[in-house]
Amino acid sequence: MPTIYASPEQFMRDRSEYARKGIARGRSVVVTLYEGGVLFVAENLSPALHKVSEIYDRIGFAAAGRYNEFENLRTAGIRLADVRGFSYDRKDVTGRWLANAYAQTIGSIFSEHQKPFEVEICVAEVGLPGQTRASANGGGIGSGDQMYRISYDGSIVEERKFVVMGGATEPVITALNASFQAGWDLPTALRAAVRALGSSGEGAPRELAPTQLEVAVLDRSAPGRTFRRIQGDLLATIVAPAAQPSAPTATQAVTSEPTSAQIPAEPDTTDTEES
Amino acid sequence: MPAAYMRPGSGSFTEFLASAEPHLLPPGSGARPSVDATAVPHGTTIVAVTCEQGVVMAGDRRATMGNIIAQRDIEKVFVADSHSAIGIAGTAGLAVEMVRLFRLELEHYEKIEGVRLSLDGKANRLATMIRGNLGAAMQGLAVVPLFAGVEHDGGGNRYDEDPARRGRIFSYDVTGGRYEEHDYYAVGSGSTFARSALKKRYDASSDLPGAVRTAVEALYDAADDDSATGGPDLTRRIYPVVVAVTADGAVRWTDDEVGVVVEAMVAGRMVNPGG
Repeated sequence: MPTIYASPEQFMRDRSEYARKGIARGRSVVVTLYEGGVLFVAENLSPALHKVSEIYDRIGFAAAGRYNEFENLRTAGIRLADVRGFSYDRKDVTGRWLANAYAQTIGSIFSEHQKPFEVEICVAEVGLPGQTRASANGGGIGSGDQMYRISYDGSIVEERKFVVMGGATEPVITALNASFQAGWDLPTALRAAVRALGSSGEGAPRELAPTQLEVAVLDRSAPGRTFRRIQGDLLATIVAPAAQPSAPTATQAVTSEPTSAQIPAEPDTTDTEES
Repeated sequence: MPAAYMRPGSGSFTEFLASAEPHLLPPGSGARPSVDATAVPHGTTIVAVTCEQGVVMAGDRRATMGNIIAQRDIEKVFVADSHSAIGIAGTAGLAVEMVRLFRLELEHYEKIEGVRLSLDGKANRLATMIRGNLGAAMQGLAVVPLFAGVEHDGGGNRYDEDPARRGRIFSYDVTGGRYEEHDYYAVGSGSTFARSALKKRYDASSDLPGAVRTAVEALYDAADDDSATGGPDLTRRIYPVVVAVTADGAVRWTDDEVGVVVEAMVAGRMVNPGG
């Protein structure tokens, strides 16, 4: 069998192009920070096949691209986090550590395997209440919140405002750049993210219905596990186009979690008194 | 990430640990040097009582080592997950580790699969873990848990159709035998006395505070007659640990809340020592 020579540059370019095409076929995912924590918004028609998931107490995961590949990474991340938390302590599981583990894994798959993973993932960690970033130049929203975007080739970027992955990202990024405000409240952030997601795809701008969305937050104020899905009536209430732009009172849809349960089953649906 | 983490598998954390990180699991039935069972701390009495809204579990705070009080404020009752509680009697070191693993088992399954285990599923999982400790149990290091909870049905109300199944209690023997108990149950060295007290006091129609009072009274009666069970320590403000499980979730009562119940009970006993 004749050996066909390909230069390393060509080889990597082909792989990148292959992975990029695969990722661009999907629908987009937005991850951003809001005053109460981290917000994940994905355009997802399936209520069962999730693009957004809980990894650990204060760590969430979002992905775009090929489902079986990021599902594999998600499972591995949960295992890795749970094993580390079990053998050390829950406090020792951090977003930075997990993002590094992902970057190395995806990087080695990109260069060593037959086929690169067609995925882009985001690992986000919500800081503790009152926690500030030790790093210079201020950092995120005066908090320990962190968002890492990890690409198909294992490159890792820490984002300070938002992460957009999958599909046609440019219109979404443009829309978010225009609307982003540091420290915005949940309804404002969520509506902006939904509008941004609707600005790409066929027939843009589109109006996305709540059933087309997968939404979750990492709620900074919650003790223990902070990941909450926002779905059903609660989601519809928040996403519904507000008659007037959200007043400052229309905040804290999930930040005031029921304190009765240590791990509440659902976000409390009673406290969304939107004006 | 090690290859084992990326391999498809079940949602069970213990099964994953056994295949990927067996050294982190507690030693099972393998050979171990025999241990003098009186030389390690033992936990004592746990009670569970059903009521209208769900089920209450309470445990005293004493750990004994032969005739020595090893610890006077040990915690033996835990929130297992959002809708269940676990209490442990027996060798404290093994039992606390088992609870840690069990709680993680439930959380891991929920994160991987995206749904919670059924209450029966959780109870069976616990039985398997106890069976794994059989070798140690035969050497006198038994762990005997009590498990209680309500069925969480993702917003559905399966338990509403059959009110008798609202709060359910499961007891175990050292071989992993699982037995569903009705109305109330107690395990540990003072369980005989606690059960006798519960038999006379149990009221199926009582509300949650009533069930907490019943549970705390039963622990008092157990401490009255069993030297290994600790009574409420009013001078140090060490009170029983109480976890209440209702459809809204599992909640651990604060020491202040339990203190009010305990002080009312002790005031009653001042007049009538037999309750």
